[in-house]
Amino acid sequence: MSEPTKFKRKQKLKRTARNVWVNIVLIFITLLWTIPTLGIFVTSFRRSEDIFSSGWWSILPHRDWVKTEELTLSEDIDVDGTFIIEDIEGDFESFREGIVSEDGTQYRWYGNKRTLRVDKFEREWVGFGANLTLSNYRDVLASGKIQFTDGNGRTITRDGSNFYDAVLNSLAVAIPSTVIPILIAAFAAYAFAWMDFPGRKPLFVIVVALLVVPLQIALIPILQDYTSLDLNGSFLGMWLAHTGFGLPLAVYLLFNYISTLPRDIFESAFLDGATPFNIFARLVIPLSVPALASFAIFQFLWVWNDYLIALIFLGDKNRVVTSALAAMVGEKGQDWHLLTSGAFLSMILPLVVFFSLQRFFVRGLMAGSIKG
Amino acid sequence: MKSISIQKYFFLLLEVIVALAILILGYVFLKSWEGSKLFMVIVAIIWGVGSVAILFYVLNSIAETLPRKTRSIVLPVVFAGPALLLLLWFLILPTIRTFSLSFFNDTGRQFIGLTNYGNVFTDGVFWESFRNNIYWLVFGTSGSVGIGLLIAVLADKSRFENIYKALIFLPMAISFVGAGVIWKFIYAYKGEGANIVEIGLLNAIITGLGFKAQAWLQLPFWNNLLLIIIMVWLQTGYAMVILSSAIKGIPSSLIEAAKVDGATEFQVFRHIMIPEIMGTLITVSTTIVIFSLKLFDIVRVMTGGNFGTNVIANEFYLRQFTQGRTGEASALAILLLVAVVPVLLYNLRQFQGRKAFK
Repeated sequence: MSEPTKFKRKQKLKRTARNVWVNIVLIFITLLWTIPTLGIFVTSFRRSEDIFSSGWWSILPHRDWVKTEELTLSEDIDVDGTFIIEDIEGDFESFREGIVSEDGTQYRWYGNKRTLRVDKFEREWVGFGANLTLSNYRDVLASGKIQFTDGNGRTITRDGSNFYDAVLNSLAVAIPSTVIPILIAAFAAYAFAWMDFPGRKPLFVIVVALLVVPLQIALIPILQDYTSLDLNGSFLGMWLAHTGFGLPLAVYLLFNYISTLPRDIFESAFLDGATPFNIFARLVIPLSVPALASFAIFQFLWVWNDYLIALIFLGDKNRVVTSALAAMVGEKGQDWHLLTSGAFLSMILPLVVFFSLQRFFVRGLMAGSIKG
Repeated sequence: MKSISIQKYFFLLLEVIVALAILILGYVFLKSWEGSKLFMVIVAIIWGVGSVAILFYVLNSIAETLPRKTRSIVLPVVFAGPALLLLLWFLILPTIRTFSLSFFNDTGRQFIGLTNYGNVFTDGVFWESFRNNIYWLVFGTSGSVGIGLLIAVLADKSRFENIYKALIFLPMAISFVGAGVIWKFIYAYKGEGANIVEIGLLNAIITGLGFKAQAWLQLPFWNNLLLIIIMVWLQTGYAMVILSSAIKGIPSSLIEAAKVDGATEFQVFRHIMIPEIMGTLITVSTTIVIFSLKLFDIVRVMTGGNFGTNVIANEFYLRQFTQGRTGEASALAILLLVAVVPVLLYNLRQFQGRKAFK
């Protein structure tokens, strides 16, 4: 073999080794990033009593103690001392911990001292046969009374979380709160980019400055206004708030895009007698679709996922999904089956929007952040 | 000539009347509707979006009937006016009003000078929140940007780039509240006792390795870091995507040349990539810094600010909306604004440097 080919081979081997390492590191990080979501996804399909008694990863095949028999003990057993069950001797404490016999059977006391029940377990391969159910989703969407079993086998009755209404409310808030700022911002961006009017530049500098103003600063005064205008708890109030807070970014991003459109097309259209409104509607809007779409995704995700504004301006009236979910964390913090299915429901729509329009999204972020 | 003009004004009047009717009727209808939720939601969406379009259309129609000279002044007002008015109402005036509220007592009637600021600064909770905000700022930003950069650089060399990136980016679509639920499930702690099976992933790993299960969210200092991890989980995708595009924008001839000269991978990274993407790195970090200062939802959902995890934005919420201490809450909001002023100035300077206006 000649020297150069040997060298090339060595180089190639080195590159392959490097690629393997790169992919191992990436797979590791990606797994870390995905496991939390995967966990909640799996949990949302498990029965409530299972969620309490084992981790979600137990649906994967593994060796575990499987209950084979229930023994009811006689009344005259001395629960405070030691006693014998099927040739196994122990006291209450050790039976609660679980005693393993020589043939590999585990005896475990069920519940407190008065239950007088011992369960027999054997080690077996389990998994994949896990009881998966859709009832969590039914329960969390429901508005009436719901019933489920908790980890101790008790049946619990609760009010449903009424997630169905919350999803509708979220839609009623999010869609107009996405479209309205885009419309208003597109008109303004067009004016800033292509119309000559006094104060154009200083006004635009103010818009840019407003990009970083923390939302918290506006909450108290706006709440006062809303109280006097009777806008609290209304969709209109939410649309206005999201529009107001979203506008700086919208105007800025759309300006970045619209100002780069070639001047010639405006001039020739203008000479043909088109009014600014016509130019805007017939030329600017169609040409700006990528920028409009990218901001739309951005704003939609932001509004759908918003909690603070909804918490303050909507309150308990017309609850949106984030508020409903947060309320569940507070009120029903232990009802994992409701929490996980609710959380997953709240994620579905943004994930769909996000993945179907991801390409626009990235470009839109770029327009604002790279050029800026 | 004259009849055409009269016709024009008649149609304009008609337009205005129809528009007003739609606006008012829609509003009244939505206020009083008691029936099917789905129907109301559909009407609300159409009405909300439609009204804005109609408003612009009518305003423009009016402007176009004006004589040429007036029109060139009125048209920009029609186009940019609504945006500027909303900004005035929702951001500019509130900033001034909050500033003035911070010098008054809680009813907003009596001027008390700097008392609110004094109360805030002498309160231990403020300093605890302030310290935590620094943690968020430092660890949150460096975590998101650092890991984002690592992934961007590595993924650039892999054939499965898009899969990795999509999965890392995915949490960006999840709300903080949703993320809170997800991570509560990782940090879950069931307490001590016989036959307790940990259902929280972290404790399952810890006990599997032979250590004792922990109530993670109550561990001083570490609980802050554990909450920050949630933000890093959510924000890394954002940093990664933008840094990745910046890296792809580096001319490949530059990197090739360095490799021919015998530079190692790390040297290429250190001396070519980093300087080339510096601008982007700063912009991304800036966005995440602002973000970490305003952060509220994660803390609220996970710990409610207890166990030493409070942050300023949550403290603001508590004072205003649970304790009714408007003056001090306003002072906190102003302090948040002061904290972002350097970022604001930086932003403006960058903007001035651009030739945006042709």
